[in-house]
This record gives sequence, structure tokens and C-alpha cells, in this order.
Amino acid sequence: MPGLSGRMSTIVKAKISKLLDRAEDPAETLEYSYQKQIELLQNVKKGIADVVTSKKRLQLQEKTLQDQIVKLDTQARQALAHGQEDLARTALERKNIAQTEIQSLDSQIAELEQQQEQLTASEQKLRTKIEQFRSKKEVIKAQYSAAEAQVRISEAATGVGEEMADVGLAMQRAVEKTENMKARAQAVGELEASGTFDDLTALGPAEDDIDRQLKQLSSSTEVDAELEKMKAELGSGTPAAAGELGAGSVGAEPQPQADQGHAQ
Amino acid sequence: MIVRIATEGQYELLGSDEETLDELDRHAVAAAEAGDEQQFHDSFARLLEYVRSNGQPVSDERLDSSDLILPPPDTSLEQARAEFTGEGLIPG
Repeated sequence: MPGLSGRMSTIVKAKISKLLDRAEDPAETLEYSYQKQIELLQNVKKGIADVVTSKKRLQLQEKTLQDQIVKLDTQARQALAHGQEDLARTALERKNIAQTEIQSLDSQIAELEQQQEQLTASEQKLRTKIEQFRSKKEVIKAQYSAAEAQVRISEAATGVGEEMADVGLAMQRAVEKTENMKARAQAVGELEASGTFDDLTALGPAEDDIDRQLKQLSSSTEVDAELEKMKAELGSGTPAAAGELGAGSVGAEPQPQADQGHAQ
Repeated sequence: MIVRIATEGQYELLGSDEETLDELDRHAVAAAEAGDEQQFHDSFARLLEYVRSNGQPVSDERLDSSDLILPPPDTSLEQARAEFTGEGLIPG
């Protein structure tokens, strides 16, 4: 018997035991434990609901951004068709930022999804254990003397208590993560409120603060590339707009034969 | 012997697994103390993997408490350091 000197496990076990000791009141163990278990189960449910709410909020935000992206893309095309390249560029810059935001929202939503699954599994497990505890308690009470019943039920309560402490820990971690994301969501909300993704028709002619920040934020190479691509598409696609565009700069674009569209 | 991975669940292992667990545990703690991120990440992952692959998941119906409890799988180096280094964190 090497006697575990593994500190990783002993320390964590010590912590959880301490949590348990604090909750343990031998005189009341019998009924009291069960009540506490039920209470925690309710809390876990609330915790799951919180995670779901946060997830929904992020999904909503993502949807809004997606709509904005479509709108900005359309506006960029329209601006370009009317020869307003600056306006088109601004629209694409905003689109670029919105796309970056969506990527980060995606990963946060995935993380919340994972939290939700984990907590749901924990809740299930705890529910089973509590149910087991309840029926075991009744059996023990019926079969043993009061003193012995107390001991046996205490043992079982400790097992459930450990599960409770563990679920508590999982909840605490979920709450921390959700809090972080709330802060992040708020930041995106502020970007939106400041008009970053707004309708471009509302845009004043002068370059404002937002515009300058936008230019720093968005990757200009990506924006340039997209602008060029859009020009090429417009140049080859809509003859009506072509005249206005002065499409000379689009560069060599050997028109593919006949009806073969842009495969890529 | 029942080992719990915190926030994950309990596994039943053989008494003879204890020595290996102990050694893996020591590596992880040493890496945490040395502040070696990669080393900690690897050794802690090995410890968890050993428990998962050598242990049988304990049925939800059992009400046994664990002989060992390992930290949650997503424990960061900083969190581990806060737990394992410094003084007086855990009495005894």
C-alpha cells in the first residue's frame, strides 16, 4: 500500500470533503440531506436555463449580423454599380467586421452548447442518485435499528453529497464562462449600437470616428480583394451598369466561352 | 478503488492502478509547480486518460464516495498552480 501521495487528487478530495463537512449535520442528516439534494437539483435546472438563455441571445445576435451582412453586400454592389467605389469599400469593410464577429459568436455558441450538454448530463446523474438515495433511505429505515440506520444513511448521503459538490463545481464553472460571454456579447451590442453595422444610406458624407476605426479593424487586403471580385462580377454580369463603372481597371478577364458561368 | 474526475464522473479502477496513478499525478504536479504549460497539459491529460481507459464508469445508481478526486479536465495551468503551490491553501 503505497499510500497515495498524489497531491493533485488529495488536494481536490480534501476540498470537496471540506464542503461536505460544512453541509453535514448528523442530527438532521436523514431528512435534511434529501431536502438539500432537491434544492440543488432545482439550482442546476436554473443554471441550465441560464446557459440556454445566453445561448439564445448569442444566436439572435448572430442572426442580426447575418442579415446585416446580406444588406451590406447588396449595398456594396449597388454603390459599385453607381460608380461610388468609396461607399462600396465602406460597406465591405463593415461586412468584413460583421463576419469576424460571427466567427467568434460561432465558437462561443458552441462552447455554451457544450456547457448545456454537460450540465444536463450532470443533472440527470444527480437526479438518479437522489432517487436512489430516497428509496434506499426508506428501505434502511424499515430494516435497521435507528442507530444503524443513521450510519448507513449517512454513508449514502456522503456519496450523494460528493456528487452534489461536483455538480456545484460544474455549475460554478458554467456560470463563469457564461459571464465572460455576456461581457463579450455586450461589447458586440455596443458596436451595433454605435451604428457599425447600420444601413449605409444613413451614412453621412464626412469620415467620422467609426469610419476611421473601421478601417483599422477590417483587413484591407480582404476588402480590396472582395471589391475587385465584385467589380469583375458587375463588369461581366450587368451590361447596364458597365458603362458607369469604367471597368478598365478590372484587368485581364478573359471572358470564358458561351454560357459557362464563374465556376469559381 | 473509485476515482472521480471532477465535473465528469466516477470510474472504478483496480487497487493495483494506484501506483501508476500516483506517478502520473506527481508528474502533473511537478509540471504545474515548474510552470511548464505544455508539460502540465500533457501529463494531466495522460493522468485523465489513464483513468478513463483503465476504469469502468460507475453506475449512476451507486452512492459510493470516491477514494480519489481529480481536478476538472479543463483545469488551466494557472488554476492548478493556485491549487498546488503556495502555502496554507489546504490545511493538513
